[in-house]
Amino acid sequence: MAKPTSDHPQLAEAFNADEPRVDWHDKTLWFVREKRDKAARKVPEWEQLRELASSIKAHVLDNLREYLLEFEKNAVANGATVHWASTPEEHNRIVHDIIRSAGESKIVKSKSMLTEECHLNDYLEKNGVEVIDTDLGERIVQLANEAPSHIVLPCIHKKKEEIGELFHKHLGTPEGNADPVFLTTSARLHLRQHFLGSRVAITGVNFAVAETGEIVVCTNEGNADLGVQLADVHIACSGIEKIIPQRKHLGVFLRLLARSATGQPVTTYSTHFRKPLPGKQFHIVLLDNGRSERLESADFRNALKCIRCGACMNTCPVYRRSGGHSYHTSIAGPIGSILAPGLNMKENADLPFASTLCGSCSNVCPVKIDIHTQLYKWRQVIVKEGYTTSAKKAGMTAMNTILSYPAVFRSSGRAARWFLRNLPSMFDHRANVWARNREMPSAPAESFRDWYIKNRGKNGKS
Amino acid sequence: MKVALFVPCYVDQFYPRVAIASLELLEKLGVDVAVPLNQTCCGQPMANAGFEHLTGNCNDNFVRNFDGFDYIVSPSGSCVLHVKEHLHSAGDESAASHIRSTVYELSEFLTDILKVNELPASFPYKVGIHQSCHGQRGLKISQMSELVAPDFSKTKSLLKLVKGIELIELSRADECCGFGGTFCVSEEAVSVKMGKDRLTDHLTHGAEYITGGDMSCLMHLEGLLRKQQSSVRVVHIAEILNS
Amino acid sequence: MASREKILGALNNAATAPKVPLPEMMKFNSPSPQDVENFAETLRAIGGTVVFGKTLATVKEYIFQNYPQGARIVSGISTVGEAPLSSEPQSYENVDLAILRGEFGVAENGAVWLKDENIVLRVLPYICQHLIMVVCKSDIVPDLHYAYDRVGDASYGLGTFIAGPSKTADIEQSLVLGAHGPRTMVLFILDEIV
Repeated sequence: MAKPTSDHPQLAEAFNADEPRVDWHDKTLWFVREKRDKAARKVPEWEQLRELASSIKAHVLDNLREYLLEFEKNAVANGATVHWASTPEEHNRIVHDIIRSAGESKIVKSKSMLTEECHLNDYLEKNGVEVIDTDLGERIVQLANEAPSHIVLPCIHKKKEEIGELFHKHLGTPEGNADPVFLTTSARLHLRQHFLGSRVAITGVNFAVAETGEIVVCTNEGNADLGVQLADVHIACSGIEKIIPQRKHLGVFLRLLARSATGQPVTTYSTHFRKPLPGKQFHIVLLDNGRSERLESADFRNALKCIRCGACMNTCPVYRRSGGHSYHTSIAGPIGSILAPGLNMKENADLPFASTLCGSCSNVCPVKIDIHTQLYKWRQVIVKEGYTTSAKKAGMTAMNTILSYPAVFRSSGRAARWFLRNLPSMFDHRANVWARNREMPSAPAESFRDWYIKNRGKNGKS
Repeated sequence: MKVALFVPCYVDQFYPRVAIASLELLEKLGVDVAVPLNQTCCGQPMANAGFEHLTGNCNDNFVRNFDGFDYIVSPSGSCVLHVKEHLHSAGDESAASHIRSTVYELSEFLTDILKVNELPASFPYKVGIHQSCHGQRGLKISQMSELVAPDFSKTKSLLKLVKGIELIELSRADECCGFGGTFCVSEEAVSVKMGKDRLTDHLTHGAEYITGGDMSCLMHLEGLLRKQQSSVRVVHIAEILNS
Repeated sequence: MASREKILGALNNAATAPKVPLPEMMKFNSPSPQDVENFAETLRAIGGTVVFGKTLATVKEYIFQNYPQGARIVSGISTVGEAPLSSEPQSYENVDLAILRGEFGVAENGAVWLKDENIVLRVLPYICQHLIMVVCKSDIVPDLHYAYDRVGDASYGLGTFIAGPSKTADIEQSLVLGAHGPRTMVLFILDEIV
């Protein structure tokens, strides 16, 4: 899959070239936000639940080492094998080794953003393992040779006609058929054969319970379960931050997760995998990849609370009008914009600026991550680290001078207004980005200060 | 009570009528308002662009101008929020701290401190309220649609005191307009699209005027309206309340 | 093992004080006579079919009415359908209908909890084309907090909440019932499971 070399503003601009499509994308995701609102309002204690979830996660982050050890101990006692990976490469090697030891070259995989983070599919394919993504949305983007654009709704950027074409090409469905029911049924039949033929199944992990060593996987389609139960080997991939202390805490998180993600009271399946059947293998791979480092940052550690619900994406007015692919990273939207710069600041320096800091994301986050505050803080870090243009630096230095010295401020303002009034064509060129689609504000002859001194005098306080 | 008027930089230069209306309104309500004459800016444009570390001088100037008042009032939610969250002064931190705790956006001040419950204003038009994000989510000037919590709006309550006004409902009560500071040029395509969509919401619901507490949002919306050659005008809440 | 030590070491360094204590869990709702009706309504709203009845006779009658003679019906309830004898998951590929007993239902989300012995064979609830579950009327709890109280510290190998038939809305947010798991789900709420 080709990696885009453009940044968010460029990709977003390209996305906006097709305005009806932007409207469609925006309305579809806003619809999901509205479903979330409806579901949340049915739970009078919703805000208390958010606070509780946030506190539980804060406690876990403060005690992560202990909880991971407890989880490992219990998982191993249950018959699982627990692996630790520092990097995505190591994670992929571990997964590949397990598949190779099982003697398999074709596997099924249910949705796991962690495996996207590690580019696991690419690694396995390069090493001769065929990966079938079984979540319908993931299968669609897999057939299209694209990355998912949303962590919960992988092909939200695709119209049903496009999916129909894809299925016609790859599944042999009739040309022109874009009926969601028909297409889903076709996918069901097509994937069923893959399920039956696979002995290794990879899943993600929504929650890992330290107290009991069990993991919970939530799906609507049943693909994770079907894959695992038909397989001999279950590989569950998890970030180290997915731990929760006790089984009863699942009550809090499962009440918040689906409502936040899609507006459903709960996903169809919330499966608690604890012990493998005799003769079967159960592997849990725990990945760090910068999480332990992020934990050391007081400013940015709260991003580790994320339960990957996607609510922030659905509410973000910028995400809805630029699409997940314009974030050029495995997790897009607001949460992606505070995670990605930590993993690779150079490639992702643009993301924290792809926001108006409106704060809607922080309000829908079920674990109350201060997303918009972290976006602001990342901007300071990125500029300090030098990932900004010299033009921007020069512009800001000039602005600083203007705003620090009252006399300079007044004369610059007066000059700008003079030019706007008398030489408006100066502002009519391509370089004036504001003026591409907006009229310039009118420039009054007097500033407020001028008016005040004229009408009230310089009396008193200055 | 000694009150100082904090005039946002772009209001001073491009929308003086908003500051005039704010001043006159406060005076009508019996407030003795001082206008520090060497104020420039709160520093937000630089800070939001990642250059908070350059705002020291700007902050010091702010503190110099606004030290020694009981309240500082401004017709701008985003500027007030920035001062509340980010004003520090190496030279006089206790003054900065006092300012942070006594700076108010205009509708906040009218509601919480002056407790205004009647106004002689008249504005017989259909008006849409643009709830600016920083004022709403940052200063809690009105309830946020994301939260499961009782509805309230200081802005709306004040506007309801104005004779003849007809407040329209919107499909999306509090979506961002897309101004966002330097975002309006660095992500021009998305910024414009966001603004256009906000306008469509107001226009399809019959707005003749669009109002709000932040001239920055309104400036962006006005730029788009005038490009569309629309007859709809933007007007700051201070101007309506002072009408 | 090197990564394990490295990660645990890094986490040690990241430890800060003071630490946030584990918050107290609380109950927000109480059991109510409305729970059964709320449960049924919620399950219907998410695509399940709900049938009230006195005993398993209701289930047998339903199957007789709705499933042809040749249908392969596998059941975890001894008096209804074929008992699952093979432990080979692939051999259940052609199961039309699976019938399972649920331990309890959750009113707030229409989910039914079952584990190990009630799941009978792990692949069964997912591989069948249609799923019937049976739950006792007196086994409905208000919300997930109560649910996990009931689950307690049970030492299961597999436990699961099932809320309606499998589904997806991945194609333009159009809800389609029947993704990879069962295409329909009928829940019988019985006075007694006999």
